[in-house]
Amino acid sequence: MTRLISKAAILGLVVTAGLTLAGCQSAPETPEASLYQKLGKRAGIAQIVEDLLFLIVDDERINQQFKGLDVASFHRNLTDQLCQLSGGPCTYSGRGMREVHADMAITDTQFNALTENLILAMEENGVGTGAQNRLLKRLIPLYPDVRNL
Amino acid sequence: MKDVPVLLAALLLLTAQSAFADIGSRIWATGGVTTIEGSAGGGLVPWALLGSYASDEEWGGTLALSRAETDDYTLAVIGAGINWNNRVELTVARQSLDLDALVFTLSNGFGLEQDELNQDIFGAKIRLAGDVLYSPWGQWSAGIQYKRQRDFTVPAAIGARDDSGTDVYFSGSKVFFAALFDRNLLVNATARATRANQGGLLGFGGDRNNSYEVMAEASAGLFLNRRWLVGAEYRQKPDNLGFAGEDDWWDLFVAWVPDRRLAVTAAVVSLGDVATLEDQQGLYLSLQGSF
Ligand code: HEM
Repeated sequence: MTRLISKAAILGLVVTAGLTLAGCQSAPETPEASLYQKLGKRAGIAQIVEDLLFLIVDDERINQQFKGLDVASFHRNLTDQLCQLSGGPCTYSGRGMREVHADMAITDTQFNALTENLILAMEENGVGTGAQNRLLKRLIPLYPDVRNL
Repeated sequence: MKDVPVLLAALLLLTAQSAFADIGSRIWATGGVTTIEGSAGGGLVPWALLGSYASDEEWGGTLALSRAETDDYTLAVIGAGINWNNRVELTVARQSLDLDALVFTLSNGFGLEQDELNQDIFGAKIRLAGDVLYSPWGQWSAGIQYKRQRDFTVPAAIGARDDSGTDVYFSGSKVFFAALFDRNLLVNATARATRANQGGLLGFGGDRNNSYEVMAEASAGLFLNRRWLVGAEYRQKPDNLGFAGEDDWWDLFVAWVPDRRLAVTAAVVSLGDVATLEDQQGLYLSLQGSF
């Protein structure tokens, strides 16, 4: 079986991530922060993103796109982005969505595949339907940028 | 309908076989279910969604069996559809209406010996713009349903003008994420130009009105989670026949979509007065397989 991103790389990253991120766990108890808390704070989100990576690797519809991915940097940036979007105390420091995805010619099929995998990753981590929906609601405005429409 | 067991077997076989092949990529339950007219939608109202799970680089299909039992009638429908690239949907459906109690009215009043009405419906729907999940302004589609009576004796006797007709409709659908109790809300609106009496089962046009009229149809459903959708539908109807008044339809439904292969829909339907028999209410059950 050919792997486009190695599972070992994903696992290796978890250990480092766990060490570096222990510092930003406390969030203020505002309504904005409650989605962040339902996702399990930054550690929970990091776990969701890791499970998402495993699902991506196994998904023939999209894994070609992720060939040669810098797993650690992708994991950090996506985790920060979801953390920030969910109202957590993180700052996304990656590139802009349109800039990142513009050359990939991402199709609706691929966008749906990624959405499906994100939902499955949230389910695997016991995120409830309500919290899933609230996160998706905040991600969907990024659709035109990701698909470069 | 005699061919139901055969079709049921075919449906199960198809779904079982295709379990090994790829199914489309659209998110669970975003293909709607199969309406009584074959087009994707709810039970009574077509939605802007296209059937099956085909996304923009995929093919998909559906097969459905439905049954509505009201106080004095039984409607059985078999429907099938294909979807190309989530752009074009082509469907066929056959409806069989068991007249049950109406048989006496027909034989006493009209001297007609008939206990069943049958109709074939050929549908096409095209997605014009947008995506039900991802576009802020929702998804918009246009469709046609060409309907053909298989036996026109009864509709002709009660005043229908034509044994075939074409409905044209325009539909918008949109899912609002985390809209109610953090649940996703699906909203549909459809405008249909039609001359059909009771959806076409009683023919097209009539003595009271013989021209096209635009009817409003709407539905809304709440996703309890990605497997369960509960909602309601409303369908305005023309009133073309002097023989008997025709009422609007509505239903309350619950749909269970355990995975992309299967959808089961149950509903309480209210069809109002149908061909002199009053206040037809009953249960609707529909089974859909996707591949
Ligand atoms: C709402 C949906 C999406 C969001 C929020 C999102 C978010 C991100 C983020 C935050 C990054 C990291 C950017 C960086 O490191 O500077 C990224 C990179 C990437 N995304 Fe997406 N993405 C989405 C959809 C997709 C889809 C559908 C695909 C393809 C199937 C895709 C493929 C990629 C790839 C291959 C990279 C790595 C690019 C690189 O490092 O050069 N993304 N995405």
